[in-house]
Amino acid sequence: MSEAVVTTDPASTHVPARMSTLDALEAEGIHIIREAVGTARKPVLLFSGGKDSVVVLHLATKAFWPGKVPFELMHVDTGHNFDEVIEFRDRTVERLGLRLQVMKVQDYIDDERLRERPDGTRNQLQTVPLLDGITQHKYDVVFGGARRDEEKARAKERVVSLRDEFGAWDPRNQRPELWNLYNPRHLPGQHVRVFPISNWTELDVWRYIERDDIDVPSLYYSHDREVFKRDGMWLSPHPAVKMRDDEQTETRSVRYRTVGDASCTGAVESPATSISDVIAEVASTRITERGATRADDRVSEAAMEDRKKEGYF
Amino acid sequence: MSTDIAYEAADSRVTSLLRFATAGSVDDGKSTLVGRLLHDTKSILADAYEAVERVSRDRGLEAPDLALLTDGLRAEREQGITIDVAYRYFSTPKRTFILADCPGHVQYTRNAVTGASTADALVVLIDARFGVVEQTKRHLAVAALLRVPHVIVAVNKIDLLDYAQGPFRHIERHVQSHAESLGLTNVISIPVSALEGDNVAVASTRTSWYEGPTVLDVLETVPSIDDGADLYGAAHKRGVKHPTAQDAADAETGWRFPVQLVLRPQDAAISPEYREYRGYGGQVAEGTVRVGDPVTVLPSGRTSTIAGIDTATGPLDEAFTGQSVALRLTDEIDIARGDLLAFGTDAPKAERQFHAHVAWLTDRPLRVRDRVLVQHGTAMVQAMVTSIEGILDISLPGGTLDNSIAKGHELLLNDIGVVSFQLAQPLAVEDYGRHRRTGAFCLIDPQDGNTLGAGTARAQVPGSGEDSYISI
Repeated sequence: MSEAVVTTDPASTHVPARMSTLDALEAEGIHIIREAVGTARKPVLLFSGGKDSVVVLHLATKAFWPGKVPFELMHVDTGHNFDEVIEFRDRTVERLGLRLQVMKVQDYIDDERLRERPDGTRNQLQTVPLLDGITQHKYDVVFGGARRDEEKARAKERVVSLRDEFGAWDPRNQRPELWNLYNPRHLPGQHVRVFPISNWTELDVWRYIERDDIDVPSLYYSHDREVFKRDGMWLSPHPAVKMRDDEQTETRSVRYRTVGDASCTGAVESPATSISDVIAEVASTRITERGATRADDRVSEAAMEDRKKEGYF
Repeated sequence: MSTDIAYEAADSRVTSLLRFATAGSVDDGKSTLVGRLLHDTKSILADAYEAVERVSRDRGLEAPDLALLTDGLRAEREQGITIDVAYRYFSTPKRTFILADCPGHVQYTRNAVTGASTADALVVLIDARFGVVEQTKRHLAVAALLRVPHVIVAVNKIDLLDYAQGPFRHIERHVQSHAESLGLTNVISIPVSALEGDNVAVASTRTSWYEGPTVLDVLETVPSIDDGADLYGAAHKRGVKHPTAQDAADAETGWRFPVQLVLRPQDAAISPEYREYRGYGGQVAEGTVRVGDPVTVLPSGRTSTIAGIDTATGPLDEAFTGQSVALRLTDEIDIARGDLLAFGTDAPKAERQFHAHVAWLTDRPLRVRDRVLVQHGTAMVQAMVTSIEGILDISLPGGTLDNSIAKGHELLLNDIGVVSFQLAQPLAVEDYGRHRRTGAFCLIDPQDGNTLGAGTARAQVPGSGEDSYISI
């Protein structure tokens, strides 16, 4: 939190800000995390190493200072991750002295509880291992880094969102959420998902990463990479991606705006090698991050809504 | 109307955040107004706009329907209506905004109350052809009940009245007189065409008779709660016409701090020096806490002094409304989640009964002797409904909220009533008019945990005491 300065100079072009937007969003995030933990039996944070879950974890370190973060982390591993992200994930868990539970989609495919999809992508396959992980470890409060500005269905999701025994989200029957009073009560078998950065935009996330000097995976910054073009996106060769005969790799300066399943997460061409470059790029960019880089959300207008109803993040 | 304004994104490190809500029905053009605000502030990204163009074409429309930008769920698109409050984010160089977009016709009260509860400002839509209608009165009543600090009445579709001044002035007078009777002081009416873009983000050249601000002008300049708007209001009430920051600070009478967690890391301390640390985590609900302030703990009534204000990035001399911090006290006293810390000489009294306006947000009715949980700050307390004194009926003449209460003995979905409660444990519930955070509460079903209703407490009934406690 920065110093409190009240300015009321009427000639100022800015509205006098005692708290900047980032200060207000940070304070709200910490409040939400403390509320959820204050009422939870066994909370967990879904931690992929992506920038949004990194910010939630950072807020948690502030919320419980000078104690350690009092909950476990869980990662639903598609097996299609970028190596840099897994390395970053493990380093972060180690640094904070936390416990990480990993649920592997590959295990489910190996014993045939799940079948590989024809297109080979695995984002959709995460739902079952996610729900099994929640049940096995008896988590009742599940933190996530989802933001409302990401997607239309998310714009209507509550900060504290009830999930039934099947992990399903019922968009037509959500609890009203008033003032800063969050209601995490649930019956045995149910759980709540809690999204402390619901009100943040992509730009807010980056500005906060800059302000607090938060470490994120190197993929988010521009680097030279072998890529090939598919459906208008730059994909990276990866054991999970079968290149077609007519596809050829070339070296490009790219960065990732989201880090997910390597088989369907595209890179964008970018010269942004530093945090300030990334912020300048995000501030001027004209395409939403999911539209640019997530093939799975482009399938249908209601793709995200459908997956959330089935228990997805 | 030109919309080619090159907006840069706000710098969220410096600019403040304003939370506002829009209320109105589809027919008033609310979705178009919201779409217009997003479009004219360059907040719509290329792929989202292309999707709107594509869907508009598929539906046989000539121009992109900006209202489609705010369609969320499939059920809504299929029925052509919006069901639930949707949150949207945009910014101008002056400010960042969180918009709670509240649909008007389904679950009206539920949505409007939800949206207004966090709003620094409320934009109410009126169709210029029809003027103030019952729906408008309901919007204004909700704004008055929830004490939304600023109300902007967008008198829309003036293009259909050829931008004439007469009808607008008539509506403006009607709005003002109705708002005053409700006790709303900060209400401004603005002639608008959301479809054509007049006076939304850009001043219209077709309303030369109107010299006031655009909707966006107002949103960019009103104080927000994060800016300490409550303090400015307090200074204003004391007769200071244009309060400065110092006037605002001087007008403070105290502070409130609901305890979320006791921070006692012991073996989990990040470093050995903090092993014996003991602090209280929470967000300042009102006022400015300073090191050395006297403290009263509620409901116990014990007293102490602020020894320190901590954050992960270092100690503070003071913490103001909205900041999430940890407070340390000079004495080791028994404090738990759910307790309220308050400035020592200005602490409220914890009582076992209170009465309030309640907005009922669920299908089954609320009746006398019903048992509910009251969620107040960080406390959750069992309660029983001891009486339902009446139900708000905005069609009654009289104008003021108190004059608009009709007789009634149960609250149905979307009703707003006056209800008295008996509590199993005392709570420091304050008058919502003066203490927005500690006057607000939610009602929760003790069995399934669902949120049933929302309340704004009214000043305590004189003479009410703890001796009339009913065992629950």
